[in-house]
Amino acid sequence: MVKVVKPPRNDKLPLTRPVIGVAGKTGLWRNMKPLVNNVKCTRCYQCEIYCPVNAINVEPETGAMINYDYCKGCGLCMDVCPSGAITMIPETGE
Amino acid sequence: MLYEIIFLGRGGQGGVTASNILVQAAIYENKYGQGFPFFGAERRGAPVAAYARISDKPILRHGMFNEADILVILDDSLIKLGIVKKYTVRDNGTLIINTPEKTIPRDQVSTRGKINVYAVNATMIARELGLIVAGWPLVNTPMLGALSAATRLVSLENIEKATLYYFGSKLGAKNVEAIKRAYMETMYLSEV
Amino acid sequence: MGLRVALTGNHAVAYAVKLADPDVIAAYPITPQTSIVEKLAELIDKGELRARMIRVESEHSALAACFGAAVAGARTFTATSSQGLLYMHEFVHWVSRARIPVVMAIVSRTINTPWNIWPDHSDFVDQRDAGWVMSYAMDSQEAFDLTLQAFKVSEDPSVYLPVMVGLEGFIIGHTAMPVEIPDENIVKEWLGERRQPYVIDGSEPLGLGGLTFPEDTEDMFYHIQEAMNNAKNVIKKVDEEYGKLFGRKYGGLVSCYNCIDAKYIAISMGAWSGDLVEAVDKLREEGYPVGALRIRYYRPFPAEDIWEIVRNAKGIVVFDRAISFGAWGQIYTDLVAGFSLYTNKLPQMANIVAGIAGVNVISEDFYGILKSFIDKSESGTLERNYFAWIKVRR
Repeated sequence: MVKVVKPPRNDKLPLTRPVIGVAGKTGLWRNMKPLVNNVKCTRCYQCEIYCPVNAINVEPETGAMINYDYCKGCGLCMDVCPSGAITMIPETGE
Repeated sequence: MLYEIIFLGRGGQGGVTASNILVQAAIYENKYGQGFPFFGAERRGAPVAAYARISDKPILRHGMFNEADILVILDDSLIKLGIVKKYTVRDNGTLIINTPEKTIPRDQVSTRGKINVYAVNATMIARELGLIVAGWPLVNTPMLGALSAATRLVSLENIEKATLYYFGSKLGAKNVEAIKRAYMETMYLSEV
Repeated sequence: MGLRVALTGNHAVAYAVKLADPDVIAAYPITPQTSIVEKLAELIDKGELRARMIRVESEHSALAACFGAAVAGARTFTATSSQGLLYMHEFVHWVSRARIPVVMAIVSRTINTPWNIWPDHSDFVDQRDAGWVMSYAMDSQEAFDLTLQAFKVSEDPSVYLPVMVGLEGFIIGHTAMPVEIPDENIVKEWLGERRQPYVIDGSEPLGLGGLTFPEDTEDMFYHIQEAMNNAKNVIKKVDEEYGKLFGRKYGGLVSCYNCIDAKYIAISMGAWSGDLVEAVDKLREEGYPVGALRIRYYRPFPAEDIWEIVRNAKGIVVFDRAISFGAWGQIYTDLVAGFSLYTNKLPQMANIVAGIAGVNVISEDFYGILKSFIDKSESGTLERNYFAWIKVRR
């Protein structure tokens, strides 16, 4: 059996605990913003698979839904979309 | 008093086992010991030495040695090959040979002073008792009986006890029989 | 008194590990270490040890497996030598920096190339900057005791560092010597439950070794250094306790022989310290005021303890069984650096490098070196401190 006992002077340990939004809402880092044309979208799930921050959810009814709270605007989804359904627009507006 | 012992035989004859059993026997007599192989790789059939030190005081030294108080020859063919000569028996020391011969060629033995030579036919004892592994007669344990008979360094009883400890009672029993016979049959040959 | 049996240094280590009751052992065979893990595998096979033996494809994986198991809460052990230790070196750092208790035996063998299986301290001292507590044995009994104590020191909350126990291959590793094995139940009670600073077993989300900023990382380095300092006291405490329970006390981080009134002191580590003690005895008989000091723990380095013992000595001869190419013997280097913190005037010193790659060094060799050093020092002809090899055929 193992017993967890902290070191007496509470030494710093190389441990990390997951915290929700530890870096804040990373959507704030965004400069360019992806827009989805769900008429063109074939629900192929490529964008969902490739999104590096898990900010895309594809549903059969709605197509690709982007969570703008965490989307950093990297544009990878536009790159991998085989049907040209995603375009990147400046964050400051069209 | 510190005794240094060399078991000279061929790789696979059990020289290292003999030196380890000797140390265990010394422990039963509240003595101290060291038993070790020639530091290197195992080589079945090649001439190899195993070493032991026995003392009534803790043994501090760890170095290797080529001069011994007791030299035990497990295979007498090493004598004519001139290999025994490479090891020196110290003054007042003992040479114990596994051989059917009654004489030894003096020019094949290196000594410093006077030594006593003993012989026993351990190969025959092993053969007769069926102490054979992979075709090789096991001469290491009977030679321990001879060592006890020739030098009284450790008692026969403790050699037997250590052998049983080392091999367990089943395998040990036959070895003990061989040790007893070798102890009885060890003969004083001559002074050299 | 426990059972007294003839055991090689390697088997002594294996039986000490058995008494420590580890959960996981992972190792890769290498001469001259192999007989440790062979014996442990045999004990597991016979049902005398309940540990899980993980067979791995390399030493790097061996320590990685021990590390992973230890992080999850297992008491773990591994052993290696020479090239295996070098191959493992990346994880040697991982374990200490993660502050995870692990015990490892190093059966010393020199480093390639050329291929050579004989012992010196090259592989062991090469690990000196890795954050492990490092001890070195002089015989089978001490290899046994240090291994058992390593678990206690490693799992002490004020230390929480891995511990390596060194012993020379063949000279100790393959030499059968009397070893007293203490009672299992007393050991169990003394050693207690496995303790560690954290456990990653899936019960809570926890990450280890994630990207950390410079300031936090530096703090962790500092805390490892603090833990090393704490280890000095823990080692002494464990040595005392062990002495009371099992009858063998070695004197802490160093062990002294005839040092109290010695004007000259020889310093060494490992098996040849026994041969050195014999030389000291002979010199004493001839009236030479000489003593021997043996380093039992190389990290934390006991500079302060040694200085307390040698501060009044006129001369010190340091025997190193390894060399830091381009510098000197590692023990000498550490000693001089350590002494410089306590004095601005070093004693007369000599550093002798010998016994490399298994070269046989016996008490007559020590006798000659010490006698010549002392004679020169006494006659005032020792002009300056010096560094020398012996037995090298130039």
